[in-house]
Amino acid sequence: MKAAPFEYSRAADIDEACALLAADESARVIAGGQTLVAMMAMRLARPTRLIDINRIAALSYIRAEGDAVAIGATTRQCVVERDALVAAKLPLLARAIPWIGHAATRARGTIGGSLANADPAAELPLIAVTLDATLSFREGGKTSDIKARNFFMGAMVTALPAGALLTGVRFPVWSGKVGVGFHEVNARRSDFAFVSAAAQVELDGGGACKRIALAVGAVTDFPVRLESAEAELTGSTLDDAKVLAAMTQALTGVEALADLHASAEYRKRVAIKLAARAVADARDHALGKKHAH
Amino acid sequence: MHAIMRWVRNMRIELDINGEVRELDVEPRTTLLDCLRDNLALTGAHAGCEHGVCGACTVLFDGVAVRSCLMFAVQAQGSAVRTIEGVTPGPGEMSVIQDAFCETHGMQCGYCTPAMVLVAHALLANNPEPTREEIVEAISGNICRCTGYAQIVEAIALAAERMRGANAPAELRK
Repeated sequence: MKAAPFEYSRAADIDEACALLAADESARVIAGGQTLVAMMAMRLARPTRLIDINRIAALSYIRAEGDAVAIGATTRQCVVERDALVAAKLPLLARAIPWIGHAATRARGTIGGSLANADPAAELPLIAVTLDATLSFREGGKTSDIKARNFFMGAMVTALPAGALLTGVRFPVWSGKVGVGFHEVNARRSDFAFVSAAAQVELDGGGACKRIALAVGAVTDFPVRLESAEAELTGSTLDDAKVLAAMTQALTGVEALADLHASAEYRKRVAIKLAARAVADARDHALGKKHAH
Repeated sequence: MHAIMRWVRNMRIELDINGEVRELDVEPRTTLLDCLRDNLALTGAHAGCEHGVCGACTVLFDGVAVRSCLMFAVQAQGSAVRTIEGVTPGPGEMSVIQDAFCETHGMQCGYCTPAMVLVAHALLANNPEPTREEIVEAISGNICRCTGYAQIVEAIALAAERMRGANAPAELRK
């Protein structure tokens, strides 16, 4: 369990990190390292050079930017977990963060690292897809944006160009009567999700759904928005039977992953239930009802 | 493809280890865990799974509990690391938390114990009055195969109670 030899560079700023990346196609960026170091220990990853971006101050921030909250790539998960702006403006992200790993891994793990790693079972990609977040990356001296829904392409595969550095992510903030729900099934607390589901709703004065965003994770190679269910439920009062029917409809055609832990049939069945519960929680949350989670 | 073994120069780092500044030459691929154990003979940080699952290698990194197998020593340049060897008030003594582990039988084989004690230190530094759920959550990343965890939870609750008492004004002490 020892990593293969590699060169190590501590990048002082974004441009230096990009230059180092451009100079060596087998180099890898290390942020929190909570997946990468384990992969290297098992020699599933053998980068020739590690480019450490942890000391780049410009990559660590949480700030309001217009109608969004922007979070820097190397912002630690534990910092986001305790942040007042995130708690107030991004309740779905705040709800999901404690489900990531353990306190000791959230102490090192970063927002950008988890997004770039693109594990199908990871919470942050699911939240980014649900909230229609925008990711920013730097490549060849220019900064570009990409929507989360276009970023995740497969298990541990993203649209991030080779040689590009993920710099941050912007989560849109919803206003009005907003509620959120998040559910996950795994073998042990904080272990990898077999199925996860996230929902955010906005209700009008009469309790009807003005807007809904809903996605499931760990069911397929990357998180998927359940757009047909969103369309079906917009304008309704989100009563339980209607929600469950919409989830069943939306997930029936989905080809789910199967592995040692869970069959495709199990994943689909659980995804329907968890998605329905996430929507019900979000509805009750928006209505100001106390709910179990 | 044939894997080529690379030769990589050592790098010089400076770490604050249990309050003492140490200069070290390490290969970049040396984890913080191996650096503590092999370069500094601080073998209280235990090498269990060495890929971030068991928690036995937990140390306090700038005051925060982290897994020392999931970072390289070169990344720790300029940081403060506290290991189980650094939690005692003096030679031959034990911290309040260590005492509580002894008294409640919060250990058997001892493999997970240094990490459990350090996680308890990190928890109680920020939360002097944790609920049972908060204690369970705090140790959830640390595997123990002996105790069934009950006595570990009890130990941390006892230590918390004593530390609260020690910090309270005399008239509030029991």
